[in-house]
Amino acid sequence: MKMKKNICLFAAVLLLISALTGCQKSQQAVATDGSTSMSKVIGALSETFESDTGITVTYNATGSGAGIQAVEEGRCDIGLSSRSLKDEEKAKGLNETVLALDGIAVIVNPQNKVDGLTLEDVSKIYTGEIKNWKELGGEDGEIVLIGREAGSGTRDGFESVTDTEDKCKYRQELTSTGDVITTVAGNPNAIGYASISAVKDSVKVIDIDGVLPSEETVKDGSYAIQRPFVLVTREKEDLSDSAQKFFDYITGKDANQVIKDAGAIPVK
Amino acid sequence: MKKKRLFESAVQGIFLLLGLITVGCVLIISVYLIVSGIPAIKEIGLFDFLFGREWQSTSSNPKFGILPFILTSVYGTAGAIVIGVPIGFFTAVYLSKLAGKRIRAAIETAVNLLAGIPSVVYGLVGMLVLVPGIRSLFNIPDGASLLAAIIVLAVMILPSIIKVSVTALDSVPKEYEDASLALGATPVETYFKISVPAAKSGIAASVVLGVGRAIGEAMAVMMVAGNVANMPSIFQSVRFLTTAVASEMAYSSPGSLQRNALFSIALVLFLFIMLINAALNFFLKREKGK
Repeated sequence: MKMKKNICLFAAVLLLISALTGCQKSQQAVATDGSTSMSKVIGALSETFESDTGITVTYNATGSGAGIQAVEEGRCDIGLSSRSLKDEEKAKGLNETVLALDGIAVIVNPQNKVDGLTLEDVSKIYTGEIKNWKELGGEDGEIVLIGREAGSGTRDGFESVTDTEDKCKYRQELTSTGDVITTVAGNPNAIGYASISAVKDSVKVIDIDGVLPSEETVKDGSYAIQRPFVLVTREKEDLSDSAQKFFDYITGKDANQVIKDAGAIPVK
Repeated sequence: MKKKRLFESAVQGIFLLLGLITVGCVLIISVYLIVSGIPAIKEIGLFDFLFGREWQSTSSNPKFGILPFILTSVYGTAGAIVIGVPIGFFTAVYLSKLAGKRIRAAIETAVNLLAGIPSVVYGLVGMLVLVPGIRSLFNIPDGASLLAAIIVLAVMILPSIIKVSVTALDSVPKEYEDASLALGATPVETYFKISVPAAKSGIAASVVLGVGRAIGEAMAVMMVAGNVANMPSIFQSVRFLTTAVASEMAYSSPGSLQRNALFSIALVLFLFIMLINAALNFFLKREKGK
């Protein structure tokens, strides 16, 4: 008897849950697919969009290449790429719209005498070709490379711009920007990287090829370690109503603050 | 009368149900881990997975060998035990047998506080004090290393070792000690030759509990060990089984080989802990059988 009651209750709860989820899906969902680096930005944008309109946005973190392919094959509404489209990709009928820019600052300990590096220096440091600050005009001390964990968007962005993918000889791989900053602040020979928006006074930001990173230098392109966050759409086909709404919202001015809060630099 | 019996059995049923929740959780977790951990092992190959020396999960030519993680976890735990057990054991003997009431109360309060500190705080203190300390003490470029993790783990397992050992030593019947003292043994002789052997199984349990805590710790270790997938060496940056799962899980995409391999690592860790528990049970049972 008790058993039956329990089963009834369980069934009722199950029904209720399925009814609730059913409600949410009544409006057509927007499917996005692509760059893992954009998860924070897209996550924040789709959250505000969902609470405003009630339209669900799904996000599949597969990587830029897979996202571009998915939109090309029509498996999603908007592809997300953290690099510009190649010419052959554009030739396949894909459009790119730059959503935001991502700038990555290279940071060292405030005691470090080195103020600036070239992009080449940075990649030589991270591949272990330059091992001592002495070689760069600093004090004698083995360079300690601090980086992020595999899969992190910041790491992916940094390694792709400096052309050091899978070649970095990290001494520490930390799981958050905060940890990287704390560690660099605590070790006079450390060097690390972090999103521009996250950098604090406890570390020294060094200039790359003579340019210090800031919102302006990233926007005008003079700061080298940056990359675009690109929305990829099909040229010939219109977006569905809900996807168009989402597209308009995230490329509009209202989204700027959300993009900034998520650590990227809006382009408008 | 009948009503009362009905009530009794109803209460019994509810308690049984509550008891089954625990069993259910264990079952669900075990089944889930096994189901999601097997595919990657199949794809990579058991031998390559367990004995591969390289882990490069996101490179264009990914390698999934977890030998560095396994060895790091084993060395790290062993190191923590080597440092933590003597300190914990002698503290327990002192507290249970030698310390005055006030001193015992003060130290026990401290031990309880130590047990209550969240692991992220251990990690933070380790990161800000211990890591720079090791760097300047040993004059190496960076202090985040296996050594830092061992020290943090040793401190973290102290409370469980001390508490369980003290309870075991306290419950040794006073008659044993009195008899030994009456035969002319000194107090210290009595404690180490009579009390400690009598409390042997409890003390062994405390050590195994410490091993369990050390091998399962992720947060504190992640903040001091550097997390690079090197083969373990005392001053090198290393990655444990736990931190391997924790640090990459957030960004791995569902269904990818990387995500599946992380589940496989969790499965290996789970088997390790099962093995430790089995060892503990075996040990305690043999003790009782004597």
